[in-house]
Amino acid sequence: MSYNINEKGYYGEFGGAFIPEMLYPNVEELRQNYLKVMAEPLFQEEFNQLLKDYVGRPSPLYFAKRLSEKYNTKVYLKREDLNHTGAHKVNNTIGQILMAKRLGKTRIIAETGAGQHGVATATVCALMGMECIVYMGEIDIARQAPNVARMKMLGAEVRPALSGSRTLKDATNEAIRDWINNPVDTHYIIGSAIGPHPYPDMVTRFQSIISEEIKWQLKEHEGKENPDYVVACIGGGSNAAGTYYHFLDNEDVGIIAVEAAGKGIHSGESAATSALGKEGIIHGCKTLLMQTNDGQITEPYSISAGLDYPGVGPMHSHLYKSGRGEFYSATDDEAMTAGLELAQLEGIIPAIETSHALAIFSHKTFEPNDIVVISLSGRGDKDLQNYIDYFKL
Amino acid sequence: MNRINQKLKEGKKLLSIYFTAGYPNINDTITIIQNLEKSGVDMIEIGLPFSDPLADGPTIQDSSTKALQNGMTSELLFQQLKDIRKTVSIPLIIMGYFNPVMQYGVEAFCKKCQEIGIDGLILPDLPVDVYAEQYKDTFEKYGLISVFLITPQTSDERIRYIDSVSDGFIYMVSSASTTGAKSGFGNAQEDYFNRIANMKLSNPQIVGFGISNNETFMQATKQAKGAIIGSAFIKHVTANGVDTIDTFVDNIKP
Repeated sequence: MSYNINEKGYYGEFGGAFIPEMLYPNVEELRQNYLKVMAEPLFQEEFNQLLKDYVGRPSPLYFAKRLSEKYNTKVYLKREDLNHTGAHKVNNTIGQILMAKRLGKTRIIAETGAGQHGVATATVCALMGMECIVYMGEIDIARQAPNVARMKMLGAEVRPALSGSRTLKDATNEAIRDWINNPVDTHYIIGSAIGPHPYPDMVTRFQSIISEEIKWQLKEHEGKENPDYVVACIGGGSNAAGTYYHFLDNEDVGIIAVEAAGKGIHSGESAATSALGKEGIIHGCKTLLMQTNDGQITEPYSISAGLDYPGVGPMHSHLYKSGRGEFYSATDDEAMTAGLELAQLEGIIPAIETSHALAIFSHKTFEPNDIVVISLSGRGDKDLQNYIDYFKL
Repeated sequence: MNRINQKLKEGKKLLSIYFTAGYPNINDTITIIQNLEKSGVDMIEIGLPFSDPLADGPTIQDSSTKALQNGMTSELLFQQLKDIRKTVSIPLIIMGYFNPVMQYGVEAFCKKCQEIGIDGLILPDLPVDVYAEQYKDTFEKYGLISVFLITPQTSDERIRYIDSVSDGFIYMVSSASTTGAKSGFGNAQEDYFNRIANMKLSNPQIVGFGISNNETFMQATKQAKGAIIGSAFIKHVTANGVDTIDTFVDNIKP
């Protein structure tokens, strides 16, 4: 059994391109070209050069000694938080801006929730001198002021999404509507491993640098390429997809996903999609999503703005349904506690999204000899106000 | 024969109107349908509201949000429509997004449509190839016509494919846009209308998006078989309620 995408754009039964005809030419153009473009030596050269000199890759694989001692196992942290702009998001935006240039596009649109993907997109647009419009829910604009300011400083226009619940899913709807209205000159940089095929696969491939590096870095540390487990938090699931990618079909490597349980899976304020979701269509793909019995998409909740998406990428739905992945969810409280613990044990303040992955230790006990690699997907600077409010710092 | 096919055989240009079920008030559905038929409309698209209508502009989005707040669901819509064929004889099409249909169960949804006397479905985010592979047989089993969209960006090859899968009419989106985004037609639309007319497709075409008055209706139907009005009608009922629908229709098709 393969856990990767098939030639029709599906992971098992999940994925595909459920899009209105108005989007078909754009998505089809991308589908026909993305693998070809990514395989071009010049594309690869430019992509790798930027990842090295601009993003600062490879990101370290750090053996977390004190955390390992505390949980009596071997924990490595993949330091995506050290990337330029502070998270894994930039791996994808670098790749997609180069893709957009190859396709002759001159205008970039993106959606953002907490603002991390918006900042990463605005950054690469500044780098390439491209027009950049970022859709962001009106409510998120109010609660993520520093990232809004960053995007503006980088030259992007931040357009408020005023429809629906005025958060990430609505910002995504608005970006898709923009693309429908601007089918020729515009490329839509989706920030997660979601959307119509080929987006989940394209985003995953750009993020797969994470697991590619883990393999050779772990070989240096431990003399072997494969850990016993790879762990990542999942909202839409792009850092997770990148962290799992090179281990998908190697069943000796355990795949662990941690979703956001918010105030508790069944509290009515949660984003634990695998536990609460049903198969359906969101933003152009068939996947698990949180919805009413009548098929209306519901609004998720998490203390972490980057995880409150009502769906998960189709790869993750397949990993869940097939049993290949172990899925857990961490509450707001568990995540915040795990974040504080990392700060005090290792001197690293993680993003609250990442803190959910770190909360795996309150759900699963590992063997002393297990090698557990956790994707440290982002840094916590952007969340300082949340940490201050929560811990009354 | 399906009412849609029958209607398409009539030697006149057709006016089809879209409205969102459950808007402005939850129980307006039947009144709107009956008033539209009385006003001389040829076909009706009953909009099943969805929380995330990707292809729609603000007017239809807002009407959908309000309809859902009013409590509209697939089940309730079917209940409201159960006796509709006692009073209404023009073709009725349900238009909505695929997810609510999928959750109801595609076959159960189609069966219910047949029981009520619905003639077709327009589900813009159900791709034609997925339909052909997975759902065509089910639709046909329950006598439903599936209508697909084409746009000015759709290639000739794909238009031919859509024509081959269709068995009713082709929904010709007039410009690359969401609903209600643009009004009126320019040279680009003229070229597009001519291009499609010259393709001599086996299914007649009905133009949608950008039609709001008699002038745009006449332009759209110069070559196409008919035209669909959505956002402009929603605006009318928002401003005037559901009792003056005849005034609206008279202005389009005197």
